[in-house]
Amino acid sequence: MADSLLSFFATAERRAQRPWPRYRLSLAHWQALVERLASAGWTLLGLWAETAEVHAALLDEAAREIAVASLACPDRRFPSLSAARPSAQRLERAAQDLFGLTAEGLSDARPWLDHGQWRRRPFGDGAAAARPASAYDFLPVLGESLHQIPVGPVHAGIIEPGHFRFHCSGETVVRLEERLGYVHKGTEALMVGKPPAQAARLAARRSGDATVAHSLAFARAVEAALEIEPPPRAVWLRALMAELERIANHIGDVGAICNDASFILMQAQCTVLRERVLRAAGQCFGHRLMMDRVAPGGLACELDEAGVLRLRELVAEIAQHWPELLRIYDNRPSLLDRMVTTGTVRPELVRRFGAGGHVGRASGRGLDARRLPGYPPYDGLDFEVPVLTDGDVHSRVLIRFREVTASLGLISQILERLPAGPIAAAVPARAGEGMALTESFRGDVLAWVRLDEAGRIARAHARDPSWFQWPLLEAAIEGNIVADFPLCNKSFNCSYSGHDL
Amino acid sequence: MWKTLGRTLISKPLPIDAPAPDEAQLAELSQRLDRAARLRVGRSLSIREVDAGSCNGCELEIHALNNPFYDLERFGLKFVASPRHADVLMVTGPVTQNMREALERTYAATPDPKWVVAVGDCAFDAGLFAGAYAVAGGVDAVIPVDLHIKGCPPSPVQLLQGLLALLERVA
Repeated sequence: MADSLLSFFATAERRAQRPWPRYRLSLAHWQALVERLASAGWTLLGLWAETAEVHAALLDEAAREIAVASLACPDRRFPSLSAARPSAQRLERAAQDLFGLTAEGLSDARPWLDHGQWRRRPFGDGAAAARPASAYDFLPVLGESLHQIPVGPVHAGIIEPGHFRFHCSGETVVRLEERLGYVHKGTEALMVGKPPAQAARLAARRSGDATVAHSLAFARAVEAALEIEPPPRAVWLRALMAELERIANHIGDVGAICNDASFILMQAQCTVLRERVLRAAGQCFGHRLMMDRVAPGGLACELDEAGVLRLRELVAEIAQHWPELLRIYDNRPSLLDRMVTTGTVRPELVRRFGAGGHVGRASGRGLDARRLPGYPPYDGLDFEVPVLTDGDVHSRVLIRFREVTASLGLISQILERLPAGPIAAAVPARAGEGMALTESFRGDVLAWVRLDEAGRIARAHARDPSWFQWPLLEAAIEGNIVADFPLCNKSFNCSYSGHDL
Repeated sequence: MWKTLGRTLISKPLPIDAPAPDEAQLAELSQRLDRAARLRVGRSLSIREVDAGSCNGCELEIHALNNPFYDLERFGLKFVASPRHADVLMVTGPVTQNMREALERTYAATPDPKWVVAVGDCAFDAGLFAGAYAVAGGVDAVIPVDLHIKGCPPSPVQLLQGLLALLERVA
């Protein structure tokens, strides 16, 4: 009989991490974990390192249990999880780059975030060995009559930088290899030694489009570490901002995806609606993207009565136009011809990688951090988490349509029930370790933080949902034509900055 | 679709009617920008956007310049797909070490005369990311900059103001 995640760790030394336990495993126990992962359905939620320790966060969906497994690696080596969980591969490559640890048995040990350009080691001291950026060993071309198309890092659109290497047979993509890390800014090293309030500004800039969700994840991790609760009004206003952010991004994405299929009308309509959301956010919260509004302990701004009215008008306006845009989308055969069956991701792949958000939900995986593990105020709110199974571009568009409708419902409920009271709690300066999961418009964001005795950041890490979605884009484009790549890519809309750290 | 399209065609243009506080400023700015653009570059200035390390916040607001409220193209300012077609490089982000070479090569690929606009607080002096091992600095640490538009991120109106300032210099 299969035991649950927590019972598997029962014999290990438990560390004081909140709200979910962290276990320090022996090497034998870690190796047993690697074996166990091959058969257990546990999802890898994240993997990150420190100078001489590696951590893996796991989710047992059936038992609704979350735990972090840690392994001390004094000899700077740890057994890789990548054979059992391919989603660990790039995370382990990043751990190798940042901390010089070796993941033993890692199927692909090439550098990932480190392009050979850093002048010194990310954590700790010592000069880094510089090497030319072009020294990266791309996968070889296998097979006859194939050609390569290198794209990026500077792209044709107004988007973030990354490199895509297509292996093509005529029009058809045989293989896509991604190379990321171009926007690696060293955010996590910069956070070290800063008080949470300052580090929160860096957390807010991990991925600008998901700034609320990342700020919320960081704030909740700090609050968990310090065992403090933000006041109820702050909790509800945070959710309000998070749903506004979700709506703004999904509306923008629907327009942009249609634009990549040359259906400009939808793009124009969606950019107008998106702009209305951003203007309302700017008027209500003082920043169009609501950056730096969520802070550890609560919120950095209030919402007045005029703001509540303004947001009610906004909800009414979007709710009026949104069904009409769905009708337009759904009644254009020439548009659907581009969307349906394009860029398909199989459900088993989504499950293996633990991909969330519209990528997961379009391929049958309905996990939503607002429901599992769940966090306030969502436990008391009524909302749909749509799930489809076709896994194509069309499904990812439809998921967005339905999530906007769900978020409009959430905003109305929140405005109705918004409690009064203070919006921030004091943040004491003391040690602690905490973790949080929040649902961004892309999927679940994991944040982990350890505070030292003075209450400063000893180590902070965030795993953007894109980590588990980028690899699936490589699978989605296989067998599609090159011209459909922008469509596939936009339907994923993975973050570069959130991924590159 | 035809209903929506028809309604859009007969309704008043958005930039004038939208009930927002920065509308007056935008209308004034639009006129000045339009005049300057006609005068100086004959309604044609091509911009290539380069993200050299940003969090993507600046890109979102640069994108917004193309929506019907700001509609950048009516001033003859438009975004192009290649630096070889560009007069202006609009660069965001603290320049990361990993993007330094790509930015240098993009600059080299842009024909003269060319202007560089650094957008956002990070592009000014690396902002919050100053001093990181992975960051080379602000944009002018790597290529010469003609104009900084500050903000985190700058709003579309601030971006329009900045482009106007650039047009006034491009004589």
